Amino acid sequence: MAVCIAVIAKENYPLYIRSIPAEQELKFHYTVHTSLDVVDEKVSAMGKALVDQRELYLGLLYPTEDYKVYGYVTNSKVKFVMVVDSSNTALRDNEIRSMFRKLHNSYTDVMCNPFYNPGDRIHSRAFDNMVTSMMVQVC
Amino acid sequence: MADEALFLLLHNEMVTGVYKSADQGEVENGRCITKLENMGFRVGQGLIERFTKDTARFKDELDIMKFICKDFWTTIFKKQIDNLRTNHQGIYVLQDNKFRLLTQMSAGKQYLDHAPKYLAFTCGLIRGGLSNLGIKSIVTAEVSAMPACKFQVMIQKI
Repeated sequence: MAVCIAVIAKENYPLYIRSIPAEQELKFHYTVHTSLDVVDEKVSAMGKALVDQRELYLGLLYPTEDYKVYGYVTNSKVKFVMVVDSSNTALRDNEIRSMFRKLHNSYTDVMCNPFYNPGDRIHSRAFDNMVTSMMVQVC
Repeated sequence: MADEALFLLLHNEMVTGVYKSADQGEVENGRCITKLENMGFRVGQGLIERFTKDTARFKDELDIMKFICKDFWTTIFKKQIDNLRTNHQGIYVLQDNKFRLLTQMSAGKQYLDHAPKYLAFTCGLIRGGLSNLGIKSIVTAEVSAMPACKFQVMIQKI
């Protein structure tokens, strides 16, 4: 399914980033970083909206030959970025949406955890497990 | 019905608890009020994350303040803010004529000097919620006659 999932804070530093396979990690870090610009562009282009300006899901940010990048911004300006293998054409838009929904729900649970300080990296095992369940099946 | 009373009673105990566990010096310095406000801040951050999970994106600052006055207040206190005023330059005054946390206390001037203790948590709640939505602010509260109170929000432009 997904090959890389990242949660970026509103100040644009990563709260959580994970990718498989592990050797490609640097490349995915770089991809997520460049996709942040596209996210900002989409969020600020509200007036001339091609995207429904009231929606949280941003859709396909940009495709490359190997993979596609999807984005989602919450009301608290936390961004979720997902990199998906292009060869996996079976993934439809609503599946991506539902994956982002699950991510958002887990993120909300992490926020409400008293042992979590907003702004720290996410260490929650429950969040890890949920992300693992979305990333398994690639290799 | 029951959950409303639970929050009210818990809040009252919390205020008493913080004051009891503070040293003599701290009570006079107002550190307890800061402690309560910080508690409210963290709670506000988590609450906003939960409440805005399914709502649409906010257009501007006024939209966010309206959300706080209507949905946020309704979910916590089961009623809306009665009056929202702004000078369009970053100052908002939220007026609640029958603030839930004060109705049990009195209906006039009695216990007026104790009122700020019970408003500190809610000030923090508002500040935490706004900060998670990307707005830095200072929130203060004043009471002239219970149970009506006013929350003043000053948006800080960075």
